[in-house]
Amino acid sequence: MSTILEVEGLHASINGQQVVEDVSFTVPATGITAVLGRNGVGKTSTLRAILGLIDRGGEVRLAGERIDGLRTHRIVRKGVGYVPEDREVFGSLTVEENLQLAVRQRQPRRELVDALFPDLVQRRRQMAGTLSGGQQQMVSLARALINDNRLLLVDEPTKGLAPLIVDQVADALEEASATVPILLVEQNLEVVRRLATDAIVISGGRVVHTGRAADILGDEELTHRLLGVGVAPATGGAR
Amino acid sequence: MSTLVLVLLTGIGLGALYFLVASGLSLIYGLMHVLNFAHGAFLTLGAFMGFEVARRLDSTSWWAFAVSILVGGLVGAGVAALTELALIRPLYERHIEQVLVTVGLAFAAVALYEGIWGSDPIYIQAPAWMRETTGVLGAQVPNTYWVLMAAATALLISLVVFLRYTRFGTIIRAGVENRAMVTALGIDVRTAFLLVFAIGGSAAGVGGVLAAHYTGYVSAHLGSTLLIFAFIVTVIGGLGSLPGAAIASVMVAVLQQFANYYLGGTGDIIVVVALAGVLLVRPSGLLGRRFA
Repeated sequence: MSTILEVEGLHASINGQQVVEDVSFTVPATGITAVLGRNGVGKTSTLRAILGLIDRGGEVRLAGERIDGLRTHRIVRKGVGYVPEDREVFGSLTVEENLQLAVRQRQPRRELVDALFPDLVQRRRQMAGTLSGGQQQMVSLARALINDNRLLLVDEPTKGLAPLIVDQVADALEEASATVPILLVEQNLEVVRRLATDAIVISGGRVVHTGRAADILGDEELTHRLLGVGVAPATGGAR
Repeated sequence: MSTLVLVLLTGIGLGALYFLVASGLSLIYGLMHVLNFAHGAFLTLGAFMGFEVARRLDSTSWWAFAVSILVGGLVGAGVAALTELALIRPLYERHIEQVLVTVGLAFAAVALYEGIWGSDPIYIQAPAWMRETTGVLGAQVPNTYWVLMAAATALLISLVVFLRYTRFGTIIRAGVENRAMVTALGIDVRTAFLLVFAIGGSAAGVGGVLAAHYTGYVSAHLGSTLLIFAFIVTVIGGLGSLPGAAIASVMVAVLQQFANYYLGGTGDIIVVVALAGVLLVRPSGLLGRRFA
């Protein structure tokens, strides 16, 4: 299977504090690859390091081309869309201005975005800061989907959202993944189970497991040991 | 009544001058988080270059005045852009070093200007109308104040239109809010930094030419004096807030003029007291974003 992203020996720090130790993995050119792990293990930092938003070292290749020496805006222009944790929409700008700011190509994918998020169509002139959390997440996703990207980095898109909105966000990601591979950081394992084909598990700033998402989430013992969720199997003693 | 009107209108005129300087400071801080102490040096250079051009044409003609304004604006923009490229850009995210380098540049610039033009004030000439007054409700208001008000109003409208209706304006507004996210949308935010520095420098350069007409002279220290008040109104208005800078400019200058006239020349002290009061009650300024 061809890969869109290769990460080799990635390490990163924030204010001198090491947040990613030595991360290596590949992302297939199709489908959704989930990045899993307990809170604070470096999942978000890994995405931010790939994008050059924090100080980093190691090798990152996008479709075979080294991008680890590039500035963030150049990496994005190579076709990497980013949906950050906590949405980070520009609250003092309208929905339309948020979208316009993200457009990098002559013919943006307006129809796709409008079809995925019809609620935003009638809120174009509304200040993004006055939207609900779910609507802001749609703006954040729409900014990434409005361009023809080669890879999307999506960070906890369902965090803090109501169940109905979680379904809508998952629907949008599922539809988007038909045209672009996605590297998804997600804590909601139901969403991961539904969307992800592959999974990478990070612990202590390192990759500790990779495999099919269904295999990892289907193994109760593995899920408990790596992610700290679910009930520990009765046999096997303390770990 | 006429005295009240005169003090009020000259206060608004002085506020207009403060805004010409403070607008650039506020924009630069808002987007780049740089306290630019060299801003006064841009103003002074604009004033000197405007003076040099005007005296070579005919200082008393409107033509020379218009050209001096244009030259002041262009020189201010040029030197500010050069400063951003050569001194500020290599120090991105190193805010203390950026402040130090702008302080150093400010001192060096004054020494340079004194070396070229001397340390004494150079008195300038203006079109005849600017030396006259216009009667308003019995008050004779110097016409220079109307020019200052017109220039500041034009600048404010231009900036609002630019920020609201152009792509670069949208980038700047977004950058003020979240610079990292702007780059994560594939935008080279450094271009916006350069543009903001150039716009701020241009406003300072124009302000320098008009400040020279306000005081009647140019000197190497013209910018340093105005910079103090520009910083005060920028802080009172809220660092990074353009409307805040506009409101605070007028408020501070009117307060200053009233205190100077009715409280025995205590305008400067009153302004500092007002600054302390605002910082105590509302540290983020009138329209600034609250500190987390």
